[in-house]
Amino acid sequence: MNPLQTLLILAFAFLAVFAESVLSAPRNLLGAQIDLLPGLMVFTALNNDIWTVALLAVLGGLGYDSLSANPLGVSILPLMVVGYLVHARHDLILRTLPFTQFMMGAAASALVPVLVLILLLNGGRQPLIGWSSLWQWLVMTAGGAAATPIIFAFFAWCERNLGYQPLKETSFRPDREILRDRNK
Amino acid sequence: MFKRKNYLALGAVVLVAALVLSLPASATSRLQLVISSWFLPLFGLANATQRLPADLADNALPRHELLQMIDSLRRENEQLKVGAIQAAATRRENDQLRSLYDWQRQMPWKLKLANVVMRDPANWWRSVQIDLGSRDGLRENLPVLTVDGLVGRISSVRLTSAQVVLLGDPNCRVSALVEDPAQDIGILNASGPLDSSLLDLTYLTGEANLKPGQNVITSGLGGVFPKGIPIGKIVDAQPIEFGLATGARVKLNADLGALEKVWVLFP
Repeated sequence: MNPLQTLLILAFAFLAVFAESVLSAPRNLLGAQIDLLPGLMVFTALNNDIWTVALLAVLGGLGYDSLSANPLGVSILPLMVVGYLVHARHDLILRTLPFTQFMMGAAASALVPVLVLILLLNGGRQPLIGWSSLWQWLVMTAGGAAATPIIFAFFAWCERNLGYQPLKETSFRPDREILRDRNK
Repeated sequence: MFKRKNYLALGAVVLVAALVLSLPASATSRLQLVISSWFLPLFGLANATQRLPADLADNALPRHELLQMIDSLRRENEQLKVGAIQAAATRRENDQLRSLYDWQRQMPWKLKLANVVMRDPANWWRSVQIDLGSRDGLRENLPVLTVDGLVGRISSVRLTSAQVVLLGDPNCRVSALVEDPAQDIGILNASGPLDSSLLDLTYLTGEANLKPGQNVITSGLGGVFPKGIPIGKIVDAQPIEFGLATGARVKLNADLGALEKVWVLFP
């Protein structure tokens, strides 16, 4: 676990939840608010260990629910399910390709709201859903998909600028030096 | 794929989620208060940033424009004062008549101004948070309105903030009265998740004869909203349930998508 990256991920989640509750432009323009947590979870699950995934699911879910009318803790499990599924296959996923990031972001952004709604309905709540919720779901999926490669690029930039870079090995070896001297 | 560490992490998260979801209401609200307080500095920063362009524009406003505005506000203030004197006389007369008939006295509304600090990030709820809380005397179910009309009601109160569930949310149903000769009464429900300005008025009788443009106000039934708060106007109406009932669509007076300041009403 890279502690700096874990801290950065949690700070990003904190700011993402705050931005979603303050910025109403996407809601006014597109009719739905875009959720950045599923895309962040995809990045975390592909690049970090399972404990960072668990930490993001718990703290991100609690932060989201504390600012929402959702029952506190209802978003934790959907985020964890997505994180777990992605992390279980992270060795097989081509995480550096933007298209893969886009598709993974789309799948996660589509799955998380559906799972949250299932939990809400099972808990006897009455969320505001109808046929036009399909449009909102599409907006959330497309928005989350578009945001995921940006999240990957942002963390790659942070890693380049804030993290330690591995030293590159050179081919120079002093014991293999060829001495070109006429006197020898 | 199936590592023990992964199972452990999944189990731990399931346990935490189950624990949080099964907490009693008081513990949940305390935990929610603690977590949402982490965001307070950011909300302060966001408010200051939002005010900055307006402050800059105020500073750049020419003096003659300011004087014109003061002049027009002074005139408006005088008109309102005359209106208030008239209203006071009417209220006295109304009180006298009510006492003659032994009717309950109508109390004047007490209002408190609040700033909207955030909207619900989830798309399936229609709620906002305001910067007044229990220390300002707020309690659950107080009506919230703007100068245009009703907005919603207080659904939960914390020390320094409160959650307002807006009209159109499934948890905010309002008994509404149409200002037509028959004084038809119905229940205001959400019409859909996308358009927050249109609501469905249901449970109207089959004989209701509604016309577009008729005013809709709170009926006072239900005990939450006092009678007479403007809500909106009828857009259209059609018979439903094989003509046994009438359904109508109501265009709200208040713009729920652009709420910045609201009034909390203490009846």
